[in-house]
Amino acid sequence: MTLIDHLPVLLVAGPIVASLLTLVAGWHDRRLCYPIALAAVLGEFAAALVIFRQVMGGGTVRYDVGGWAPPMGIELVIDTFGGFILATIMLLALMTTLYAFRSVTKEIPTEKTVSFYVIFQVLLAGLIGMTITGDVFNLYVFLEISSIAAYTLISATRKPHAYVASYNYLVLGSIAAGFILLGIGNLYVATGTLNMAELAAMLPGSYDLATVHAAFLFLIIGFSIKAAFFPLHLWLPDAYTESPSAVTVLIATVMAKVSVYALFRFLFSVFTLAYITEIYPVTGVVLLIATIAIVAGAILAIAQDDLKRLLAYSSVSQIGYIMFAVGVANQIALEGGLLHILGHAVMKGCLFMVAGLIIYQTGTARLSELGGIARKMPLSCAAFALAGASMIGIPPTIGFMSKYYLVLGAFEAGLWPYAAVLLVGSLLAAAYIWRFIEIAYFGGHHDEHHRTEIREGPASMLAPALGLSLLCLLLGIFVAVPLEAIGLAVAQLLGGA
Amino acid sequence: MRENVVIRTVVRLAVPFIQIFALYVIVHGASGAGGGFQGGVVFASSFILMTIAFDLAYTRRRIGSRGTMICSALGIAIYEGVGILCILYAGNYLEYGVIEAALGIPHLHGYLIDLVEAGIGITVMAVMTSIIYDMANRGGRSA
Repeated sequence: MTLIDHLPVLLVAGPIVASLLTLVAGWHDRRLCYPIALAAVLGEFAAALVIFRQVMGGGTVRYDVGGWAPPMGIELVIDTFGGFILATIMLLALMTTLYAFRSVTKEIPTEKTVSFYVIFQVLLAGLIGMTITGDVFNLYVFLEISSIAAYTLISATRKPHAYVASYNYLVLGSIAAGFILLGIGNLYVATGTLNMAELAAMLPGSYDLATVHAAFLFLIIGFSIKAAFFPLHLWLPDAYTESPSAVTVLIATVMAKVSVYALFRFLFSVFTLAYITEIYPVTGVVLLIATIAIVAGAILAIAQDDLKRLLAYSSVSQIGYIMFAVGVANQIALEGGLLHILGHAVMKGCLFMVAGLIIYQTGTARLSELGGIARKMPLSCAAFALAGASMIGIPPTIGFMSKYYLVLGAFEAGLWPYAAVLLVGSLLAAAYIWRFIEIAYFGGHHDEHHRTEIREGPASMLAPALGLSLLCLLLGIFVAVPLEAIGLAVAQLLGGA
Repeated sequence: MRENVVIRTVVRLAVPFIQIFALYVIVHGASGAGGGFQGGVVFASSFILMTIAFDLAYTRRRIGSRGTMICSALGIAIYEGVGILCILYAGNYLEYGVIEAALGIPHLHGYLIDLVEAGIGITVMAVMTSIIYDMANRGGRSA
């Protein structure tokens, strides 16, 4: 066995070792923390890419922890879907880490920076673990690790509002975790195994049991809370608005996507397409709620005055797009859904980075006070405009491609009215993105005299934002590159593999 | 709180037994019911009992905030260390058997499990204790 074979477990163990190193180094000198964190994330990103290439070349990668064979032991499994998500989240984590340095220095009390970088690595360990584990209980453990780390990070600014937001998320997150644990318990009662592949093989024999239906509902509700799927999104706006900018970027992109991934994993890999469409049909309900989420999230976003809160409600709307793919549940729509996981991570990452930059430079995110900001921060606002165009779905951006596939999928399933709602959602997205664009580019001539000191943000924060906004464009033009992996992943999901 | 001789004497007597029992539960983890998590909680409960019967300062003299912090990191470090050592001996993560086979020491497998359990126990003990410190600290800084 070479080191490459151990990469799956090193991806989980690495961040934990890094967090210990950060702690020890931070004891010696606070300034050592950031280089270690950056090096660790770079290493994890490289490892994720290596694994992704391995998965694309030679199929699913498996690793038996402790050398125990799967049904008994815990197994790490990375298939095409897992590899794709892993590469996506590590890319965003890397960008966030680059972005975090200046942002953390300014927003987080100095004596807490060491703890910040330690917990940051723990959060990554939990999220990576959730992505690559092949065992449902292990997934729950990693979910708890990442959740507890996230609660801490959200309150890292130590402001009263941040504590309230973090506490709200703690309560709802714990309810979600409780639901998920109950679901896993029920699955274990029904089948006697916790391994995902084993569960998928054994569950069809118990599909008529009420236990299994209860488990399914517990799991879908639990993960819907974690993923902030519409009526269960109540923790999200506060948590995104009040946390430090770097944390907002991380939880809005990486963490939200991993929760959606876990939901997809349960819906399609543990339960199967046949279960969710025929035996216990939920796709119709999911489709209906997803369309409500798209419209309601966007309308709520339009009504906000705070830029970060606007983007948070936009996330509620965009999660609706991803869940729309589950509701339609055919090859093309799911390709659109997975593409939207990537696309939304990239564009929402960029938008939140720009929001963070604006807060960094002006100290406020209230739209009413940001008139004419584009003249002071042209590059940041250009990045926002480009990512915003992608959010609306203007070709040739990634946002256009994913929505195009979703609409095609809806057409193929004969769901014409729902396809129309997708387009309405895009119009509403145009409305809330345009609000900021209008204020930034055309607003506020009158208060210009006392805003002369505001300049473009630091390069280490600006570069990741610009990079992600260009990525929105490049991914849209070269959409065939991610689609190659996505097509395979969707085929595996629909095949119940 | 007023001095209470009965409570303090009983706690003085009980704490060593609780801690011995905690160590027993940790060491027993490899072969029966028990393990690092349970043992760590039992061990921490002895500190919690001390905090209730005496006061925070009394317990802090025995294990301070710095101590709990070092212990919580040390435990994870032991766990990770053993796990990665197994990889260096060309096994999978936490596959103790390969080290036993490579070094030829009988029952090393079991000792390594005990070591890992002890690591878990140390971390759980330290984290539980630091939680009680933070909760018992009335509004002050948790330095």
